[in-house]
Amino acid sequence: MDDTVRPALEIDAVSKSFGAVKAVRNVSFSVPQGEFFGLLGPNGAGKTTLINSVAGLCRVDHGSIKVMGYDVSGDYQSARRALGVVPQELVFDPFFSVRETLTFQSGYFGIKKNDAWIDEILFGLNLTDKANANMRSLSGGMKRRVLVAQALVHRPPVIILDEPTAGVDVDLRKNLWSFIQKLNDEGHTIVLTTHYLEEAESLCSRIGMLKNGELVMIESTDRLLQRDKECVIRFRVKQPAKANSSPLETLLPDTVFLESGEYLAKVPSPSEIEGVLRLVRELEYEIDTLETENEDLEDVFLSIMRASPERSE
Amino acid sequence: MSGFSTLFLKEVLRFWKVAVQTVGAPVLTSLLYLLIFSHALKNRINVYPDIEIDYLTFLVPGLAMMSLLQNSFANTSSSLAQSKMMGNIVFILLTPISHHALFAAYISAACLRGLLVASGVIIASMFFVSVPISNIFYILFFGTCGSVILGSLGLIAGIWADKFDQVAAFQNFVILPMTFLSGVFYSVDSLPPLWQMISHANPFFYLIDGFRAGFFGRSDVPIEISICVVSLVSLFLSLGCLSLIRSGYKLRG
Repeated sequence: MDDTVRPALEIDAVSKSFGAVKAVRNVSFSVPQGEFFGLLGPNGAGKTTLINSVAGLCRVDHGSIKVMGYDVSGDYQSARRALGVVPQELVFDPFFSVRETLTFQSGYFGIKKNDAWIDEILFGLNLTDKANANMRSLSGGMKRRVLVAQALVHRPPVIILDEPTAGVDVDLRKNLWSFIQKLNDEGHTIVLTTHYLEEAESLCSRIGMLKNGELVMIESTDRLLQRDKECVIRFRVKQPAKANSSPLETLLPDTVFLESGEYLAKVPSPSEIEGVLRLVRELEYEIDTLETENEDLEDVFLSIMRASPERSE
Repeated sequence: MSGFSTLFLKEVLRFWKVAVQTVGAPVLTSLLYLLIFSHALKNRINVYPDIEIDYLTFLVPGLAMMSLLQNSFANTSSSLAQSKMMGNIVFILLTPISHHALFAAYISAACLRGLLVASGVIIASMFFVSVPISNIFYILFFGTCGSVILGSLGLIAGIWADKFDQVAAFQNFVILPMTFLSGVFYSVDSLPPLWQMISHANPFFYLIDGFRAGFFGRSDVPIEISICVVSLVSLFLSLGCLSLIRSGYKLRG
C-alpha cells in the first residue's frame, strides 16, 4: 500500500481481558494519517488498555493492531519506530538529567547526534532552562512535559497522548497544545485521551468514545456536536405598549420565565430559532437582549454515555 | 548509537553515578573480610597442604569472586526491579530494542560492574599481600561467566519480584548462602565427604574454584570440569532469561 494512503493506526477486532475483567471488547477503528483523533471515555472504559496494546505494553487476546501499516506484534520494531507514546503515569528515571533522559531515549531508537532536535523540543515545551536539571528536581508539570519530549525524540509519525494535561496548569496546558497542534499541522497523527472535553472539542477532528471496553461512538467532532442538537435561547423583552392577556411563556412552546427577568426557550435545532423570534415579534414584544447556548461536547458525551447500556462482568 | 549500546551506557552510568556505593563499598567490605578472617584464622587453616600459599593470599581470589557475583546480581536485579516498580521501564519497552539487545545490555553492564569490583578487591589486596597470577584466561573466563550467571539470576529476580523485599529475599536466601558455601573462605577438600558432595552440586563452587585456579594454578576439581559446568550453567540461565524477556512475563501485560 502507498505510504501516504495506509492508515496511521488500524485497530481490528481487538479484545483484551485481565482475568475475569474484559477491559477491551472487540474494538475496531482506524485513524488516517494526519488526523487529530480523540479517544474519550469514563474511568475504566478501556482507553489506557487500548493504548498500551497499541504501544506493545500489553498483548491483546484477539485481533490485530497496525501502526503505519506495521503489525505491533509481528513487526514490532517498525511499529515502535513509527509511534511515540506519552504515558498517563508520571514516570521518570531519577538518576539522570532532562538532556540525558532525552539523549538516551534517542539512542534507544538508534538515533545518534540528536541534539538539534532535542533543543527544538526543549524550546517548544519551555524546558530549555531545565535541560541540565535532574529529573527529581522538576515539578509535576515539567515532568509531564519531559514525558511529551521523550515521546517525540525519534520524530514519530504517530503520537499517542494518554491524558497528557492531567495536573498541568493552564499556561503549561496552552503551551503544550500549541506545540502538539504545530506537530499535527506538520503532518503528525495525534491520538489523544483526555478528561478535559473542551480540549478534545477544540483540538480533535474526530472522536471515538469507549464505555466498558466497547466503542460506542466514532464520529467527526462537527457531526457529533450537531447530533441531536438542542439549542437554548435566552432573551429579555421590553414590555409591549399593549399588554397581552396571557404571559409570554404561556404563548410560546417550551419557554420558561426566569427569576432574572429573562426567558429561556428550547428549540430542536438552530434553524428553528428564527421561528421563535418571529412569534415573539408577532405578539408585539420587542427583544432587548438575546443569547444562544449550544450543546457542547460534554453534553454530547454525557448523553451518549447515559444511552449506552451498562455491562457487568 | 544502537539500542544496545545506549542501554548499556545508561546501565553503566546508573551505577557509576553512585560509584562510592556500588564499587567503593563492596571493595571496602571485601578488604575488611580479608583483614579480619586472615588475622583470626591465618595460623589455624592450612588450605593447600601440598603448596605454599598462606591463608591471606588464598582468600583474595575467593573474596574478589564473591564480590563480583554479588555485585553482578545487584546491578541487574536492582536496576530492573527499580525501573519496574517506578514505572520508567516503559521508556525501554516502548522502543524497538530487541529482547536480545535488552538482555545483552543489562548483562554487559553487570559484567563491567562485577569485574570492576573484583579488580578493585585484587588491586587493594596487593597492598597487603602478593597475589600470583597463573592463567589470566581462567581469571577472565570464570569472572565473565560468573557475571553472566549472576546477572541473569538478577534479571530473573527483577522480572519476578513485585516488591523490593522479594529481590532482597532472593539475594539473602539464595545468592548469599550459595556464595558463602562455595569455598570462598576454604578449600572444599578440607570439608567432610558429605559437605564436599553438597558443595560440588553448587555451581558457584566451580566459578570460585576455576577463578582461583587462574591465580594459583591449582584447583579442587579438574579445570575442564569447571569450564564445562560454568559454560552450561551460563548458557542455560541466559536462554532462560532471554525466553522470560521475550515472553513479556511481568513486563508486558
